[in-house]
Amino acid sequence: MAGTAEVKKEEADYKRMHSFPLIRHTDMPEEMRVETMELCVTACEKFATNNESAAKMIKESMDKKFGSSWHVVIGEGFGFEVTHEVKNLLYMFFGGSLAVCVWKCS
Amino acid sequence: MPVPNINVRKASTVHKVSLPGAKSTKAASKKKDEDEGVDAHDGWDEWAHGKALIKPPDQVELTEAELKEEVTRVLTANNPHAPQNIVRYSFKERSFKPTSVVDQMAVLFVLEGSLLHQDSDEARGLRAKEGRTEETVTAGTEAEPDEEKPETPATPIEDGGEAEEAEEEDRPDSAASKTGKKELKVTNQFNFSERASQTLNNPLRQRSCQTEPPPRNNFSATANQWEIYDAYMEELQKQEKNKEKQKATQSKSVEKSKKKMLLMETQNDDASKVRKSSKIFERMVSQNIYDDIAQDFQYFEDASDEHRGQEGTLLCLWDFHYDGAKRLSVTALCWNKKYQDLFAVGMGSYNFTKQGRGMLVFYSLKNSAYPEYIYPTDSSVLCLDIHEQHSHLVAVGFYDGSVAVYNLKEAGPEPVYKSTAKTGKHTDPVWQVRWQSDDMDNNHNFYSVSSDGRVVSWTLIKNELVFTDIITLLPNGAISEGPEDSQQASTACGTSLDFHKQIDFLFLVGTEEGKIHKCSKSYSSQFLETYVAHSWPVDAVKWNHFHPKVFISCSSDWTVKIWDHTINTPMFTFDLNVAVCDVAWSPYSSTVFAAVTTDGTVHVFDLNINKYEPICVQQVVAKKTALTHIEFNPIYPIIIVGDDQGCVTSLKLSPNLRKKPKTKKGQDLPKGPEVEIAKMEKLLSLLREPEQSTG
Repeated sequence: MAGTAEVKKEEADYKRMHSFPLIRHTDMPEEMRVETMELCVTACEKFATNNESAAKMIKESMDKKFGSSWHVVIGEGFGFEVTHEVKNLLYMFFGGSLAVCVWKCS
Repeated sequence: MPVPNINVRKASTVHKVSLPGAKSTKAASKKKDEDEGVDAHDGWDEWAHGKALIKPPDQVELTEAELKEEVTRVLTANNPHAPQNIVRYSFKERSFKPTSVVDQMAVLFVLEGSLLHQDSDEARGLRAKEGRTEETVTAGTEAEPDEEKPETPATPIEDGGEAEEAEEEDRPDSAASKTGKKELKVTNQFNFSERASQTLNNPLRQRSCQTEPPPRNNFSATANQWEIYDAYMEELQKQEKNKEKQKATQSKSVEKSKKKMLLMETQNDDASKVRKSSKIFERMVSQNIYDDIAQDFQYFEDASDEHRGQEGTLLCLWDFHYDGAKRLSVTALCWNKKYQDLFAVGMGSYNFTKQGRGMLVFYSLKNSAYPEYIYPTDSSVLCLDIHEQHSHLVAVGFYDGSVAVYNLKEAGPEPVYKSTAKTGKHTDPVWQVRWQSDDMDNNHNFYSVSSDGRVVSWTLIKNELVFTDIITLLPNGAISEGPEDSQQASTACGTSLDFHKQIDFLFLVGTEEGKIHKCSKSYSSQFLETYVAHSWPVDAVKWNHFHPKVFISCSSDWTVKIWDHTINTPMFTFDLNVAVCDVAWSPYSSTVFAAVTTDGTVHVFDLNINKYEPICVQQVVAKKTALTHIEFNPIYPIIIVGDDQGCVTSLKLSPNLRKKPKTKKGQDLPKGPEVEIAKMEKLLSLLREPEQSTG
């Protein structure tokens, strides 16, 4: 019992420590990057249990803000190879277990 | 036949007639048109009567009796086609049962009527609107019933097919009868005329352009839990490191500012990229501007020398001066032995009351406009020497007593070595520095002499300048003489220094009281010889380039003296009637030397030609300007003289000043140092003999 409690505590610690967004790769300009990152954080926090809704929200907001044809992938494990318009890609981790990839390609 | 009984009479009285059954309507309207065509077709009223009855021409004419005859038709409510024996299956009784109720109604035709009763308000209103046409219509209606009446029985509508056939038969007839009777076109409700006009369409034009698609890129990655975890851990570690760094940088803010300074310096290197090319360009421009001087330097030989006998002249070539060194005088000159066009100039002041900054500049003959190198110094430069083998090393002595070594290869205005008070710096101005050949450990070393009476050897070891006192000058020539306490006050001031060309340990020191000491590196306690040379400080003392025994000295007591170091009286004495600042042996002849004086004059002597008078006396600068130094170029027949205005002038020696001794016919032209030594020796022996005889 003590062991599992410890594990849980560790997990909680990990989650707490790793709650910040971590940009892995991006070629966006500074301003856009910050805005996109904040949007992703907001969406992931709002739909903490529903990645699809979060992705939908991000996609729609991005379409509105930066023009159409944005694509968003959110998940805990996936691989991808995408073609994107330059200066329109953001790949980040969030919350210790989520990977978010946002890119634009029309 | 259950034909609906219609009161035709009534229908015909109304304007817009529409009877049940297409055939009868057509027939009626045709008939009517024929009858009342003349009346009806005047003006726009025609439109109102558009739907009048027309009677077909082949209508059966009936007599009055026939018309009046009543034909009785009975309408029954029974549908003759309705089945009489419909049976339905009754589930109740499990058998078919005839149904009693039979639907008798059959709808043949439904038309919503537009008929109005004559006496109704609506009809009256309509009539009032149409005014006078009413009469004609009413007249028409009276005639009509007679003809109309028999039509109904004659054309009974049995089924649609027959009616259509009848219509087809009728049409050509009616058309023929119309054309036959009247030219006027009869209007009917089906006769439409469409009017249309077409305008010219604007020509279409297509324009299109294509833009480049926005640039795209491919990106691929794999996200899974361990990668995310690793990324986070890495980031956390980085953050921790940054925190540590920040702490470190806060404590080392001073260092940081230093780094910034370094960065600033390196940023300036952008300009240095084009430095080389711009330097070349500057030289080209300079060469172009001073082309005549360059030509003179290379080719001009003064033709007038032939008529002058033995005297020669000096031709002014380039002037070198640098605006950054204004109000400084030339205090030292030295040619670079490796690059014969390059020479160093020490700038500063000899004036005790006007001490301040100094400068070390390097000029090339290829560019007289701007120095090759510039090293500003805090104190006046008083002397300098360029290393013979390592021509990038320059030893410099300063007025403040320090010595320094500059490395031309190193960027930056600071010397690579500099003596400090801790490392044996002189306490008085350093008057002469001379490089020596490397010591046994292959360390470079040089000697300096100063007014504080010390002759010091400096050795360049790694980053340090290590000093060794070689000798301390005393007025009486020996340290042992005199009491200890008076020693301090009685040190002599060294003003010049020169090493023997061949004998490594032998050197001469000129002093402020006019004596010249011959010293050895190995005996620090005493002088080998002391020459009472001048009554004023010795400005320069120099060994002959060729003859090992001969040296020259000059002083502000107006004299230049030539010595044999084995004899303590001068061999030659020349009085120039003005203070002599510097003297130099020529590198090409053992008997030629030149001296500069404070009245701006250069004196060139050739003992081989004239033992008493100079062969050239020429003023090269303004009378008020004093010349301070002179140096022969080791290769080219030119000299450089520096003045107290900070200007260096290069002069070309005319052919007479560098004339080789005449050779006897048949003899091989002797050359080399032996000849030069012999030449000097000959002169000296001439002098020695009488001396020996007298002595």
